[in-house]
Amino acid sequence: MHPAADFLKAKFPAEVVEAGEYRGDTTVVVKPGRLVEILTALRDDEDLSFKYLSMIAAVDYHPASPRFAAVYNLYSHKNHDRLTLKAFCDSDGAPVLPSVVKVFATADFHEREAYDLMGIRFLGHPNLKRILLPDDFAGHPLRKEFPQRGY
Amino acid sequence: MGIEEKLGYNILTTTLEKLVDWGRKSSLWPATFGLACCAIEMICTAANRWDIARFGMEAFRASPRQADVIIIAGTVVKKMMPAIERIYEQMTEPKWVIAMGACACSGGIFDSYAVVQGIDKYLPVDVYIPGCPPRPEGLLYGILKLHEQILKDPFITRKYLERLEARKLEVA
Amino acid sequence: MEQVKTMERTETMLLNVGPSHPSTHGVLRVLVELDGEVIVRAEPDLGYLHRGIEKMCEGRTYHQCLPLMNRVDYLAGEANNFGFCLAVEKLLDLEVPKRAQYIRVMLTELTRIASHLFWLGTHGHDLGAMTPLFYAFREREKIMDLCEMVSGARMFPLYFRVGGLAADLPEGFMEKAWEFVKTFPDLWKDYDNLLTQNIIWKQRTVGVGTLTAEEAMNWGWSGPMARGSGVDWDLRRDNPYSSYEDFDFKVPLGTKEGDTYSRYLVRMQEMLQSNLIVRQVLEKLPAGPIKVDDPRLSLPPKELVYTDIAGLINHFKLIQEGVTPPAGEVYQCIEAPKGEFGVFIISDGSGRPFRVKIRTPSYVVLNATEKMCTGRMLADLIAVIGTMDIVLADVDR
Repeated sequence: MHPAADFLKAKFPAEVVEAGEYRGDTTVVVKPGRLVEILTALRDDEDLSFKYLSMIAAVDYHPASPRFAAVYNLYSHKNHDRLTLKAFCDSDGAPVLPSVVKVFATADFHEREAYDLMGIRFLGHPNLKRILLPDDFAGHPLRKEFPQRGY
Repeated sequence: MGIEEKLGYNILTTTLEKLVDWGRKSSLWPATFGLACCAIEMICTAANRWDIARFGMEAFRASPRQADVIIIAGTVVKKMMPAIERIYEQMTEPKWVIAMGACACSGGIFDSYAVVQGIDKYLPVDVYIPGCPPRPEGLLYGILKLHEQILKDPFITRKYLERLEARKLEVA
Repeated sequence: MEQVKTMERTETMLLNVGPSHPSTHGVLRVLVELDGEVIVRAEPDLGYLHRGIEKMCEGRTYHQCLPLMNRVDYLAGEANNFGFCLAVEKLLDLEVPKRAQYIRVMLTELTRIASHLFWLGTHGHDLGAMTPLFYAFREREKIMDLCEMVSGARMFPLYFRVGGLAADLPEGFMEKAWEFVKTFPDLWKDYDNLLTQNIIWKQRTVGVGTLTAEEAMNWGWSGPMARGSGVDWDLRRDNPYSSYEDFDFKVPLGTKEGDTYSRYLVRMQEMLQSNLIVRQVLEKLPAGPIKVDDPRLSLPPKELVYTDIAGLINHFKLIQEGVTPPAGEVYQCIEAPKGEFGVFIISDGSGRPFRVKIRTPSYVVLNATEKMCTGRMLADLIAVIGTMDIVLADVDR
């Protein structure tokens, strides 16, 4: 198993739900509660050194439940390797996740896009408002029930 | 222009009409309005190989008040539509609209919640240039079609004929 | 008697730059709060070219997504498809034949040169240097000719397929490509002579839009933006894909100031390095198939389709259902001209993707606009937007 997965299982045993590998990529599913601490630990650890957040993807797994998830992709310049973290939102009706803007400044725009297109609210984000769609747009287009052509 | 009021409708004004139409089509200044990928082909048309300056159109005006034609090049997104309306309203008469590319003509390949399915839902289009993106030669062909339209533009004759109709209705 | 000093009341001014502006490289709106000429706050307002590409990909087969992906970064059309095809091939756990890999590398590097040439022309034009535009476009037209030879379309060749390429290189391509490769370095000197030591260019770009290497990593910068700040990272060298390890090229690194001039130097050198890679591809190009010989991926030859029932059914099923990768989630990124271009695909085992997330470099770079511009003058905002090399379809998707 990837050293990052072992590190997380050792340091945050209660938060790791599962860790798997697929096509050479490691994905660790974590509980969203201590996400900020997990990412800070991954960033500040000397050996792992995941100082770069590539993206935050918002996913709607409808009709499966839990429905909403955010996928974080981290890269380490030191070891040239990647790690994918996935955090499912606890609630299907009002999905909420902690914001990681304090850990990675780049999360600002990624979280705003996840809010805009999927409707996941990020607690602690300094400026959570729509970014790609007009401010008066109703609905969140990337959700599965939203039709492609709009209403 | 008030001079044709004094001269009436005769050979002098029809020649004036031809002269003004020729002048208009020979230096049609476009407004810079590249939205997406078609804008790149529009810039290529203005660059070395397909020099648009041959047609007197290399002066792309940033201010719509100084522009004659607006080439809507690229996808029209619903968020952008109010800005396009504003710019079109600010252009002074006479003005023309060219819809360049599949997205401006009809929404193109983007049949989604955020895209206006064709700029002709909001603006009166004079020439449609299909393509994704149309080649620079395609854009030049569309511009030449617009030139043909402008050359035939009977703006004095139309006013005279309108006045004639109005007078007929009065008498009758 | 003492003079009474009147109290001046100053307030900041809100200026709207865009969305229709000649220097914003597209439909970008920046809300700038100015104190005189000094920028106090600069907030980019995006979404004026949001076409819903990610949503549209969910209703289409993988090959039908390719035209949409091409138009994400419209200056580097084929590079986006490279990322997407590699992602689907990763899901399928497939290795594409060597000849196809080399040709993919060649086209992507040519597209990189074309993208950087366009950046050079427009960035220069914004800052007042109008001549480099015409010189750069002279070379860019040659690259567009090469793309057109390969597929018929200039900007969006749509030449890559999942499993390889659509067809082999046409006759005459190698000669024309050699011609380009041999003449490009001398023509590159034209742009270098015009700008690199130009005192006006240096005054407008040195010290403008600086970010240190640590900050660049934190703000998610990649590609020439990160290398301009001193981050020694190139996905082609560090996580090679599609035979990049067979080629010998240097990765240019910027000066330690990390300013606009440094990024200009990095991109200029990258053009020469890309030219070197294309030269190596042309020298070493192996013969062989250009698509994986798998009936679930490759269309059968037309003679079989018209004469044999099995060929006909194969063709029909491939066009109707398309490629069907197994269920799973992958993230694959490439070194696109603007930075790290990544595609995250979730497949549910059917012929249509469940979710496609496109990670684009321009979107991420815009996040740091305020950091780069605050405290500088309004004219520097234009220099910063030019140096970020944003393409609005890349930002908004």
